[in-house]
Amino acid sequence: MSSNPVPSSKPVKSIDLHIGEAAPGCKKRDPILVADGVSRTFGGLKAVDVDHVEIPRGAITALIGPNGAGKTTLFNLLTGFDKPDTGSWTFEGRSLSGMPAFKVARMGQVRTFQLTKALGLLTVMDNMLLGAKGQSGENLFRAMLPFFWRKQEEDNKARAIDILTRFKLDTKKDDYAASLSGGQRKLLEMARALMSEPTLVMLDEPMAGVNPALTQSLLDHILNLKTQGMSVLFVEHDMHMVRHIADWVIVMAEGKVVAEGDPHEVMRNPAVIDAYLGQHHDEDLGADPSAEKEHVVAIKELLDDEL
Amino acid sequence: MIDWGAIFSNAAVELISPTTAAYALAALGLAVHFGYTGLLNFGQAGFMALGAYGYAISILSFGFPVWGAVLVGIGASVVFALVLGIPTLRLRADYLAIVTIAAAEIVRLLFTTNTFEPLTGSANGLSGYKGGFAALNPIPEGSYGFGPFEYNAYDWWLRIVAWTIVVLACLFTWQIMRSPWGRVIKGIREDEDAVRALGKNVYSYKMQSLVLGGVFGTIAGMIFVLPRAVVPSNYQTSLTFFIYAILLLGGAATILGPVIGSMIFWVLLSFFSGFIARAVEAGWLPFMTSIQAGQLRFILVGVAIMLIVIFRPQGIFGNKKELAFVK
Ligand SMILES: Nc1ncnc2c1ncn2[C@@H]1O[C@H](COP(=O)(O)OP(=O)(O)OP(=O)(O)O)[C@@H](O)[C@H]1O
Ligand SMILES: [Mg+2]
Repeated sequence: MSSNPVPSSKPVKSIDLHIGEAAPGCKKRDPILVADGVSRTFGGLKAVDVDHVEIPRGAITALIGPNGAGKTTLFNLLTGFDKPDTGSWTFEGRSLSGMPAFKVARMGQVRTFQLTKALGLLTVMDNMLLGAKGQSGENLFRAMLPFFWRKQEEDNKARAIDILTRFKLDTKKDDYAASLSGGQRKLLEMARALMSEPTLVMLDEPMAGVNPALTQSLLDHILNLKTQGMSVLFVEHDMHMVRHIADWVIVMAEGKVVAEGDPHEVMRNPAVIDAYLGQHHDEDLGADPSAEKEHVVAIKELLDDEL
Repeated sequence: MIDWGAIFSNAAVELISPTTAAYALAALGLAVHFGYTGLLNFGQAGFMALGAYGYAISILSFGFPVWGAVLVGIGASVVFALVLGIPTLRLRADYLAIVTIAAAEIVRLLFTTNTFEPLTGSANGLSGYKGGFAALNPIPEGSYGFGPFEYNAYDWWLRIVAWTIVVLACLFTWQIMRSPWGRVIKGIREDEDAVRALGKNVYSYKMQSLVLGGVFGTIAGMIFVLPRAVVPSNYQTSLTFFIYAILLLGGAATILGPVIGSMIFWVLLSFFSGFIARAVEAGWLPFMTSIQAGQLRFILVGVAIMLIVIFRPQGIFGNKKELAFVK
């Protein structure tokens, strides 16, 4: 990890988000999303089993955990893309359980996907415009009569150009989204989500496959969201990034929230190290020399707190 | 020997024939379904049958006026689209394909069965429903036109109405597909989960598309039976596949593609059948009977369409650039 991407300015961290001790499921001063007893099983596998979790408002929260911890599944449940076996949750005080995905998005809780979903045969601009909310031209009857929606369309276009410029995609606006690179598609997906003026942005691995230079600007964009008053929940595997921009970290393992806390503290939590290395890492470390080396690197990365 | 003039003029006649218009409109409906929304409707023949029978039965059995009969046909296809769409549009795309192909066959068999003979005419079909439409004809009696395009007043009236409907349907589709509504529809074709994540009610849009394209198919079914009788065997699955062939020929997500595709399809079909029939007569194809020759034209049209699809896979009006990104 020599080329450590660092945001161009030192981010302003939101502090004092929780009430009481920073334990799994701890209360937040001002939660935007509160989930209770959410579980989802696939066959015999309990992919998500969260007792209680609160996402703070106006902050950047990272959701971390090893592969298969259930992060994406939890995202799918909270955004209505999957149905839980049990559980309920509220967003801004309103219950979202059982609500279809499109209504969740309309309420201001917008997500992106781990596997990018750019709309390939639409132009970058059309991708953006699709994100805008409350378009009267999206009604079939008004669609026939352009004077109903032309003005709104122009306004949306202006806003789209604005966001695209920030994401350095404005020169690509007339290209098919399919012609973008993987990293540019990640950017486009995030930019498109912003077109809907969300209050909570949920990003599933926004930096995966993005080169360090772009990562840098992505980090800045995520920090910007907070400045603009949005709350962010993002999944990420790169601990350096998490430490740099997250105000709060929630750690999942085997479907459960195993630790929560300030990014610097949480890495030291034995439960987190257990989560990443498995319950029996003491034995493993002795048994297999190559595993030992891997583990040492992993632990170093977790605890590495030079900044 | 071979009367080339007759072959060409018979082929040219197909350019503006009401049947060509009907196929163009049905293909435009499929363009809405498949080309723009990504819905695999394999039951367009069923929608056409509902239009044909809805129109004919309303007039013959219930004495409806023309506009009433048209509304009955459209109403039937809206109900049909809802029945097909409600259970399947939440599922993966292939379920709609299976259900539509089966439902269209059910519709055809219901019209064929003897049980409803008094209403449907069973396998013999229906005729004698054209009076109302002919009575609306403002063109005075007589024969008009030039060359191969010489028709009586009824035939002109039919062509004018048929092509006016096609043009209006094209303009309508063109307008809605460049509106925000069309953007959502095309987004759904690309990735419906992404569109859902942006707060659009994907299910509702897919339903609107299914109904709209189905209504085009139904009106096409009415145009189709105005120059002929209603015969149930016309509405086999092969009809749907011919319309798909027309759509792919012209370009799936285009407005003019279905129209030009239909013209090419019918002109080629007429040309080949005229040519083969005369070639058999003239003894050019001694190994063939005239019945075999009748089938050969479909083979030749198939080959012609294959060539176009191989050398111009995006269709005649399709955008070559789009094809570069097809997975
Ligand atoms: N549709 C599904 N069917 C069956 N099992 C599934 C399904 N989706 C997820 N799982 C299982 O649920 C568990 C959690 O998966 P999930 O995708 O939520 O992990 P994740 O934390 O997002 O992992 P990663 O960091 O690798 O993205 C995994 O064991 C996975 O195999
Ligand atoms: Mg995941």
